[in-house]
Amino acid sequence: MKRLVLPIFLVVALFVTTGFAQNLTLGFTVSNTGALNVDSVEQLHGFELWRDQVNAAGGIKAGGKSYKIQFVSYDDESNTKRVQQLYSRMVLQDKADFLFSPYSSSLTATAAIVTEQYEKIMLTTGAAEGKTYTLGNHYLFQMFTPGAEYLKGVLDMLKTKDPKAAVAFVYEDASFSVAVVNPAKEYAQKLGFNVAFSEAYAPNTTDFSAIIDKVIASKSTVLLGGGHYADGSTLARQVYSHKVPLKMITLLVAPDSPQWGELGDAAVGVIVPSQWEPQTTFKAQYGPSGADFAKAYTAKYNTPPSYESAGGYASGLILQRAIEQAGSIDTAKVAAALNATDITTFYGRSKFATEANQHGLQVGHAMVLAQWQKDKSGKLVKQVVWPLAAKSANLVYPIH
Amino acid sequence: MSGILASMIDGLLIGSVYGLAAMGLSLIWGVMDVINLTHGSVIALGMFGMYILFAAFPVNAYFLLLPILAAGLLLGLVIYWISVHWVIGRSQLSSLLSTFAVNMMIIGIGTAIWSTSPYNVNFTLRGFTVGDYTFTGNHIAAATAAVIIALALELFLYRTRPGKAIRAVADNREAAELMGISSTMVLALAFAIGIALAASSGALVSTLFPFTILSGAGYQMKSFVVTVLAGLGKPLGALAAGVLLGLLEGAVTPFIAVSWIPLIEFGLFVVVLVAFPKGIFTRATA
Repeated sequence: MKRLVLPIFLVVALFVTTGFAQNLTLGFTVSNTGALNVDSVEQLHGFELWRDQVNAAGGIKAGGKSYKIQFVSYDDESNTKRVQQLYSRMVLQDKADFLFSPYSSSLTATAAIVTEQYEKIMLTTGAAEGKTYTLGNHYLFQMFTPGAEYLKGVLDMLKTKDPKAAVAFVYEDASFSVAVVNPAKEYAQKLGFNVAFSEAYAPNTTDFSAIIDKVIASKSTVLLGGGHYADGSTLARQVYSHKVPLKMITLLVAPDSPQWGELGDAAVGVIVPSQWEPQTTFKAQYGPSGADFAKAYTAKYNTPPSYESAGGYASGLILQRAIEQAGSIDTAKVAAALNATDITTFYGRSKFATEANQHGLQVGHAMVLAQWQKDKSGKLVKQVVWPLAAKSANLVYPIH
Repeated sequence: MSGILASMIDGLLIGSVYGLAAMGLSLIWGVMDVINLTHGSVIALGMFGMYILFAAFPVNAYFLLLPILAAGLLLGLVIYWISVHWVIGRSQLSSLLSTFAVNMMIIGIGTAIWSTSPYNVNFTLRGFTVGDYTFTGNHIAAATAAVIIALALELFLYRTRPGKAIRAVADNREAAELMGISSTMVLALAFAIGIALAASSGALVSTLFPFTILSGAGYQMKSFVVTVLAGLGKPLGALAAGVLLGLLEGAVTPFIAVSWIPLIEFGLFVVVLVAFPKGIFTRATA
């Protein structure tokens, strides 16, 4: 009998520690290849850090059960056709309980058609376009501040510094950047700025010489636009090598990546509207503090988190809280909990619109502006320059 | 300096590189009657060749063109024996399909190794500034290198025995063989030179813009336009047509959105095919 004690104890221990833990499957695609690769992988790292921390703490606890998180994910190749196939696969074959969005507004809009069709909850991150939420969706919840708000802060800031600036909009011809720039153009005109030039470029553009020549000819003093990492970094390099006489450059998304520093002098002075920066200090009502998140992230990936990473982690947190509040992983109950969400995490406030004409749109989160500057030792660092209440350094204007 | 002039100078510089890329396609097409669909993927391999060599030997990137040309010649011989030799003399569809198959293999292997994420060659030469406009050193160096390579090819074709043999085979293969020229060796050499030219143009592009393994496709399409403009088998004509295409891009872009350029280029392609089927440089002497 004594011989049996140890094996029985081990079996019982195993049952107690893992037997009650169920698996919860979360599906999403990642752009491991293609133009969206850099930003998408940063978002993935945010998801992964959240999963690892939750699982290490015993999983999500809801309704007396523990749910260990397992991921099912595929490479979408930055391609909307792949997204359509893969989200169907994750719902039908992989039986994902919940979904996270791919990276970018274009891919997310495609994924949303599939997830709504199968009535699956999808938290969208890395996708700011607001139009998708006006289509009567019920299970879509946006973590990013909508695109229409992206460049308003820059124009407000510019108004205080140089109300006579001539503004050029040069932007990627993709759903996200168009959704950002169109309202920004209207806002710039409303503020009394001269919009001297505006042109969209094809998403795979690598040669910006012709557009740069037009910006110079238009006598613009400020350039706003960009799109994602590949085109944004190329545009910044070529603006720098052509020595375009600009006082301010603000680009979407790309300069938020820690990789931006690799551009060297071409990176200096460039501003990015950001969903989150490590310097922002929100008092977290739920989950880790910003400092703890940044520390854990840097320890795991040897690079500081970008706002795409923070958005990825925060998506996990908000879903986790909703499951805990619902006490279940039932879709309807979790959706109700998400509808009722109004919480501040390290990432800032999150609240979703519940009106039918914009259901799921992010209405609680606010953005900041970050600028790449050289510190006293000459090292390139990203500083928060707007809003003034949250600034970590003064805006450098003009940059040359 | 006016915006149009600056834009045309930019067009002239990049046009030389288009011309060099098209020379490879034009030579193979003219001499062998083969439409080489590995052209785009070889341009992309040239880009990655430059990337790898520059990472290993961070010297002036333009010196690295010599090993890339040499590697291009070797690669050309390999592709010739794998996919072209067996279909010479058959219908154009056979060579079109066999080179397309090799193209897909190169892209597949390239995607497995480098993915389709963008790469950069971080090499910068100082440019010069006129008023508000700056012309980068890389653009000037790439255009100069393209012209030097084109002139070297012209000298090779007209002043050396193997070059004359290539022209002889292009003119009349049977007559050339009767004169003791081994057409197989000559065709292999012509194909290898065409591939080396494509690879070198890719290497030059890599010093200007970011690239992926799929980047060659756009330059392949431009090469078709340039080849049709110039007429087949005229290396310097291809260079001139490339420069013309670049100038056209430069002259038009100040007035229309850049995204309309492909429409204009392919409109021109169709017009030239219909009105000047032997190329715009042929009609004047015909």
